[in-house]
Order: sequence, then structure tokens, then C-alpha cells
Amino acid sequence: MTSTVTTPVRRLNTSKAMVEAIAQEMRVDDSVVYLGEDVGSYGGIFSSTAGLLDEFGRERVIDTPISETAFIGLGIGAATEGMRPIVELMFADFMGVCLDQIYNHMAKIHYESGGNVKVPMVLATAVGGGYSDGAQHSQTLWGTFAHLPGMKVVVPSNPADAKGLMTSAIRDDSPVVYMYHKGVMGLPWMAKNRRSIGPVPEGEYVVPIGKAAVAAEGTDVTVVTLSLSVHHALDVAEKLASGGISVEVIDLRTVVPLDREAILESVGKTGRLVVVDEDYLSYGLSGEVIASVVETDVGLLKVPPRRVAIPDTPIPYAHVLEYAVLPTAARIEAAVREVMA
Amino acid sequence: MSTSVTGPAPGQDVPPVPPVSSEAAARRDLDADTRRNLYATMVLSRTYELAIVREYHADKGPGFDIGKGLVPGEMHLSAGQEPVAAGVCAHLTKDDAVTATHRPHHFAIAHGVDLERMTAEIFGRETGLGRGRGGHMHLFDPAVHFSCSGIIAEGYPPALGAAFAFSRRPGNRIAVAVTGEGAANQGAFHESLNLAAVWKLPVVFIVEDNEWGISVPRTASTAIASNADRAAAYGIPGERIEDNDVEAVYEAAGRAVARARAGEGPSLIEVATLRMLGHFEGDAQGYRPELAEVPQHDPIPRYEARLREAGVLDDAAVEQIANEATSRVEAAITFAKESPLPDPAEVLKYVFAEEA
Repeated sequence: MTSTVTTPVRRLNTSKAMVEAIAQEMRVDDSVVYLGEDVGSYGGIFSSTAGLLDEFGRERVIDTPISETAFIGLGIGAATEGMRPIVELMFADFMGVCLDQIYNHMAKIHYESGGNVKVPMVLATAVGGGYSDGAQHSQTLWGTFAHLPGMKVVVPSNPADAKGLMTSAIRDDSPVVYMYHKGVMGLPWMAKNRRSIGPVPEGEYVVPIGKAAVAAEGTDVTVVTLSLSVHHALDVAEKLASGGISVEVIDLRTVVPLDREAILESVGKTGRLVVVDEDYLSYGLSGEVIASVVETDVGLLKVPPRRVAIPDTPIPYAHVLEYAVLPTAARIEAAVREVMA
Repeated sequence: MSTSVTGPAPGQDVPPVPPVSSEAAARRDLDADTRRNLYATMVLSRTYELAIVREYHADKGPGFDIGKGLVPGEMHLSAGQEPVAAGVCAHLTKDDAVTATHRPHHFAIAHGVDLERMTAEIFGRETGLGRGRGGHMHLFDPAVHFSCSGIIAEGYPPALGAAFAFSRRPGNRIAVAVTGEGAANQGAFHESLNLAAVWKLPVVFIVEDNEWGISVPRTASTAIASNADRAAAYGIPGERIEDNDVEAVYEAAGRAVARARAGEGPSLIEVATLRMLGHFEGDAQGYRPELAEVPQHDPIPRYEARLREAGVLDDAAVEQIANEATSRVEAAITFAKESPLPDPAEVLKYVFAEEA
């Protein structure tokens, strides 16, 4: 029998959804702790830990010195000894000061040990630009993490996925890099897309790692994208629908392992592909997506694919310059129209 | 050992008391079993390294091809540095963690890493600790919480994590983190000392000063004479042991381990030790002016003489220890050689943990 009383769907912003998953896992698993810079009283610079200190205290929500090598390495050692630490790298851009621990240790220990030592940790990190933070605080860099074997890389675009992917990341026995775009967190002090607030299931909620989602169904062209660019792609899809162009938007959600089947299925249907990636154009995710298609069947595409990405420049500071390199809705729309021409 | 001896202040009319040498103190304090065990650990480790030298070079020719043979690749051997591992690990149980360096065998052996599986790993076999995926710089034995890293100083941070995990559980387990003296100039070293100190983690930091960062002498790389002095920057005890003296290492490590187990935080110990061989096998060491004198500083014959003089060892005991070491090492090498190679068809396995 269907209940006649419908509970209004609860809506949260992305940061609250992410925090909810962390809190739920911390309640049921003592070995989950959250470590990083300004994750305690401040609640995370991008609200990744807001409220956690109050519930779990300083023993489990732990401010670190500005020593990323030391505290990421600490997370690795704690993980190999059976804990499930979540370690925050405040900006993905800061990987440069601690990359050895990330790619030579966190990512390789399981392999080097022939599967005998697991590293069940989450490296949570903020990514992305659009608010004039300059070349060292605006990068996404997921392609760089993804290129280095041994870490899973998840990139939620909306509140529900932020919760579900965090739950999966904490429970995963492999290291997972969890990359949250500042522009999808729903922060009150930054311009945000309306989709950064959305319905989020209560209670335990799991989104499997490695599964893309069809964010919008369409028949004419496939836009494969992720993170904040999903929002822009959906805006474009809505706009073009009235003009008779049916755009399918694939939200990858996970970069490693990449859901190639979802990409192929969609491209098999539309025959046209635009990849939108807020990472650098060359040697990265956009090329990988296209390679996945043409390596499978070069005949899947009716027309050459297009890429909308950062054109291999550092991210500039001035607003007009930054928005000249970001994958904006206007650039996405132009690319879609090009493959439809 | 350079424990400072406080003398009478200038002008005080107190007869000077000669400092008690660490050797004499050790003779007084250490029992015969402990001393015999320190010696036996050193002998086992040396026997192992010399056997690896034999196996490593057996089939590198014609000439020397580093990638050839039953044991390919870079090989960093620890001969001469045994006093550090023996003296430190004598205080540990298999529940304590050790993170070692690119030159890890002596610490692995002293901490009780499975010798057969370690050797099989060095021979690149399926039965190895890492199923042939790690190699001699990447030995992981979770049964004794042992790991090592090929990257200078980067083994320190994971030791903090082991200590962090231990400190949140019952018991008083500790972590020992090992680097060489060259690592004391790396950021990871300083970040780790600070973090361990500010969180009072149960860690003992060991610096093996073998005087050489590959070919660069310590004097050319390091601004101060003792890296133990760097401990003061983090408000923790620092001690430097001179002369590669295993009993002095044992005593200093005893203090540091007790402090860590008591929850009082980390300590730093630097040991002046000796790299008897090249940075890696095949290193002709033309940069090393004192090369001809190296063998005479070998710590093992020196310690053996000391223990014979003290009546702890005699011919029979020395022979028995040597025979036991040889027998264990040769059994491990035989195990490795008789083990299957890993299957190239399985090379993609273990990138990620198996899904439950």
C-alpha cells in the first residue's frame, strides 16, 4: 500500500551531504578519523567537516600542522595498521608538497606488498576554479592523480553523490582520492549553481565507485563530463532542448576506475561526443575518454569528437581571463553545436 | 657515545671525575644473554648480506649488467651497519612497527621479518613478501609490522601513522622510523619530528650516519656535526652514538623506547655507523679516500673480541652462531631459488584491494 502521506524530500547542499556521510560512518566505525588543516574548529575551509568536531571531539576530528607530507604519511601508516582515516589536502593544488607520500606510498604499498598490506584511506581534497584564486589554488588535477596507478579517484557533482561516494570511499579497502569542487559545495560565500543544493537520501546511502550516471537523457549528442561542469552541461542541455537538440549528459562521478561502458553505451546511441573537463586539455581525461571510444570501435562516431577543457595554460587570476579558459556553458554549447553542424 | 658529562664549573674546587666510558658502563649493565644475542643478530645480518653479494654477482656478466641475473636491480647492502639494527630492535616485539630505508635488510632481519619470504622477494619470486612486485627496497611484512621505502626520509611519516594507531589502542606498542644521515636534510624528516613531538606519538627516530649520501660526504651536505642536535628544535631528546657501538646503541634505544612506551613522546638517535660496501653493488667508490681502511673498522670482529675478552663468547659459541646463521641464510636462499616466478599473466593483480 502506498502511503498517502508523502514526506517532503530533504534537500541539502553538497558540503552538508558530504559531512553527513562522514558522520554516519564515524558513528559506526571507531577507526574512522578526519585529519587535516583547519578541519576542527573552522570546519574545513570549504565546509568539508562542518559540525564534526562538536559531535566527535578532538580525538577524531584533528587539526594538523601545515605539514602535508607528515600528516598524509601518518594517514597511510594508520591505514596500514587497520584504521580508516580520512585525510584532507586542503587544495588539490598542494599535491606538490606531499606527492611522494601520495603516489609512491599510499598508491603503491598494496601492489608492492603483493596484496598483503591494505591502505584503506580517503584523501579528500578541494578542486576547481572560477572565483579568481589564481594558478595555485584553482586546479582540478584529477587527471594527474588518475594517471598514477593505485588510487581510486571519485569526483561527485551533486549532494546525493557527495554523500554516497563518501560512504563508499570510507568503506573501500583501497586508497580513494575524493575530490570535491568548491563550486558544487553550495557555499554561501561563492557563486553556485542551483544544483549544488539537492535531494539527499537520509540514513545509509551508497553510490558505488566506478559507476557513471546519466544526468540527462538525450539522443543527438553525448556530453561526457564531471564535477561542476556537469551543472554547466545540464544548463546547456536544457537550453538546447527547446531548439531541438537532444543532449545526453554523462556524469562520470568516478575517474578511476573509469566507467567506459557507460560512455560507449551513450556514444553508441548518439554517435556524437563532446568531452568537457575542467582539467588541462592535453594528456588527460578528455583524451582518455575519446581513446576509450575509438579504441573500441572507430566507427561509433559520426563526426570527430570535441573537447572543452583548460587550454594548457596556468589558470589566470583576472575574472575575464579565468572565464576565457574555464569550460563555461557558452563553450560547451558551441562545441555541441559544432558536432551537430 | 656522546652523552655529555657535566664537569665541575670553572673555579669550583672539585676534583675532576673521569667520565665513565659507555663501554665500561655497558659491561657492567648488560647481561651475557643480551650481549650474545646482539652479536648473533649482527652475525646473521652480515651472513645474509655476504650471501646476497655472492648471489647478486654470480650471474651479472659478462661485465656487469645491473638488470641481469637471479637478483636484478639496485642492491643496497647494510654490511657495517648491523650495530644500529641489532641495538634498536633488541627492545622491540613483533607488535611494534619498523619503517626502514632503501638499505633495509639489517633492520628487517633484526626485527624478525620472515627470512625466507624476504629472500624470495629479493629473488623476485611468487612466494616473496610482495609476490615479486616489490623488490629489496619494498619489503612489507605485516606479521611484524615492517615496511621500508626507497625514498629518502619518506619512511618517517608512515611510522607516525603506525604510532598514531597504536596510541589509540590498549597496549604500549611503538614505531621505529629509520633513515640515513642524508635524510635529515629532507622536509619529511623535519615535518615528522615536529608532528610526532606536538602529538607526543610513541616513535623512536633513528638516523644511521654512514657518512656518505651515495658519493657526497656528510661534511659537504650537513651544516652541523650531529643530527641529534636537531631534536632540540622539536623539544625532544636527541642523542648521538659514536663508534658504531652496538651496546651504546642498545642503551640509548632502551631509553628512547621506554620513553615512547610510557607515552612521553618521541626521541631521536643518530648512530655513527659504517657503510662497508658501495652505495649499491657495482659502485666502485672511487670517491671514497678512506676506502682501504674500511675493513679494519668492521664492527663485528671488534665486538666479538670484546665479548671473548669478557668471557661471553668462546670459539665454540662463535662457531655455533656462525653455523646457525649460515644455515638459516642458505635455507632462505634455497627456498627463494626453488620458488616459482610470478606469472606475468597476473601482473595486473593487486593494484587495488580485492573487493570483499
